[in-house]
Amino acid sequence: MPIIETKNLSYTYPSASRPAILDVSIKVEKGEFVLITGPSGCGKTTLCRTFNGLIPHFYQGELKGEIIVAGKDAKNHPTVEMAEHVGMVFQNPENQLFALSVEKDVAFGLENLGFSREEMRKRVNWALKLAGIYDLRERSPHEMSGGQQQRVAIAAVLAMQPEIIVLDEPTSFLDPLSAEKIFEVIYDLNQKLGITVVLVEHRLDLTAKYADHIIIMDEGKICFDGNTREVLSKQETRLIGVGIPKATLLYEMLKKEGARLSNKTPLCSRELADIIQEALK
Amino acid sequence: MLVVEDVQFTYPSGVEALKGVSLTVKDGEFVAIMGQNGAGKTTLVKHFNGLLKPTRGSVRVNNVDTSKSSVATLARHVGFVFQNPDHQLFCETVDDEIAFALKNFGYEQCIIEKRITWAVNLLGLSQYRKTSPFMLSGGERKRVALASVLAWDPQILVLDEPTIGQDHRQKENLRQFIMQLQTQGKTIVIVTHDVEFVAECNPRVVLMREGKILADGQGKQILTNPTLLEQASIVLPQIAQIFKHLTTQGFPVNIIDIYEAKNLLMEKLEERKHECL
Repeated sequence: MPIIETKNLSYTYPSASRPAILDVSIKVEKGEFVLITGPSGCGKTTLCRTFNGLIPHFYQGELKGEIIVAGKDAKNHPTVEMAEHVGMVFQNPENQLFALSVEKDVAFGLENLGFSREEMRKRVNWALKLAGIYDLRERSPHEMSGGQQQRVAIAAVLAMQPEIIVLDEPTSFLDPLSAEKIFEVIYDLNQKLGITVVLVEHRLDLTAKYADHIIIMDEGKICFDGNTREVLSKQETRLIGVGIPKATLLYEMLKKEGARLSNKTPLCSRELADIIQEALK
Repeated sequence: MLVVEDVQFTYPSGVEALKGVSLTVKDGEFVAIMGQNGAGKTTLVKHFNGLLKPTRGSVRVNNVDTSKSSVATLARHVGFVFQNPDHQLFCETVDDEIAFALKNFGYEQCIIEKRITWAVNLLGLSQYRKTSPFMLSGGERKRVALASVLAWDPQILVLDEPTIGQDHRQKENLRQFIMQLQTQGKTIVIVTHDVEFVAECNPRVVLMREGKILADGQGKQILTNPTLLEQASIVLPQIAQIFKHLTTQGFPVNIIDIYEAKNLLMEKLEERKHECL
């Protein structure tokens, strides 16, 4: 059974004239690393908000179709209940942080779920170290930079060790090396603990290599849904204005000029370099 | 012209954010300031319109010392678009937002109207003129902030993280837009982490680290130097990464342009093909 499944899901925000997502049917299997991408305003964030019931419970509006997450109908279970299964990191960390210290912010979710003090301390320290902010644990999140706040938001979700982590452009404020390290941490958790990851990103240069499954949306609808390598090698994806990785584009340009290269479309620089080295042998 | 001389800046909290920075930006230049979180990039550019005044050293904009001038006066020359548009927008409609500064500068109503029309068309916001900026998406709000600054036509434009939250197509629009402004002789300074965007534009790059300038040069040179980039917590652009992996094959190392990359690789692949025949 898929861990996330939507059937003909459509949603219209209150007072909006047209639906933000329209007739969306997707399946995410347990343990997958899924990338959701598409132009601004395509409905990516809206779709993610249905996974923990923020839509419809918090945003209201009109939701049609089915949404089952971790075996629960998200329409009939409140967000607090869904939050046990789904951890969310929002686009703007300012909207998510509220406690007076980093440590308290990260501990908040665990407190609500009634963990013992000892277990809480263990998990909070583990998450703070993974997110690289252990030394900042006594600082106030509101005095921190956007990048540091994003790390706090990520730590708060990691501490919960939910079955599913949904991240909406989680590293947009971080410098590239820090962003890469965070993606590595998330990928590692996905590989080692089998946590299902749903990542919303524009920057496929940085992230395509982690994902086994990609969903591309446009104007509220699903345009492509499938294996990352297969989807990104389709020419039709170029029409939507998705940021195809440079390595993938360069590979195509070489093929078009008649270069004899392996047929495995590369998703990152390492893969393309290997293909070229192979061809130069 | 923008002249920064040995600027040191300490925040009231005691944090020393700039530790002696010198930099000259000539009219019509396009400069990207890059570096790790907390390196002092935003602190530096906030000196360009007098939002911050140096603790030591000096900043001169078109020969005016920012310590002896107000933000309101400097703003005529230096337009500033913040990282987070919500820190900048406050009016009821997009029209009002763009008109605000123009009214303050004392422009006549008919000119204000023309400038608004020009700015909303330029940034694809014409359908939102009567909409509240807060009803718009993050990417759209960023464009409103940019429109409101462009409308008063400053010589120097400072954009703090302009590509955050922008999709591929919007980034391409932004790139073309910056090129267009450059042909009009505008000076453009961007603060960014977006290596792919910078690689595509190939501007002058100023790398910062811990309140100092680490390196200053053409994008193509700086963005292909792994040692420098690592110190600034930046990764190589993807094209440069490919050539780094291929150094043993005797390729040049300073490649960031995809077309140049294609030509070099094709050449080598053809050569190899002939060797085999």
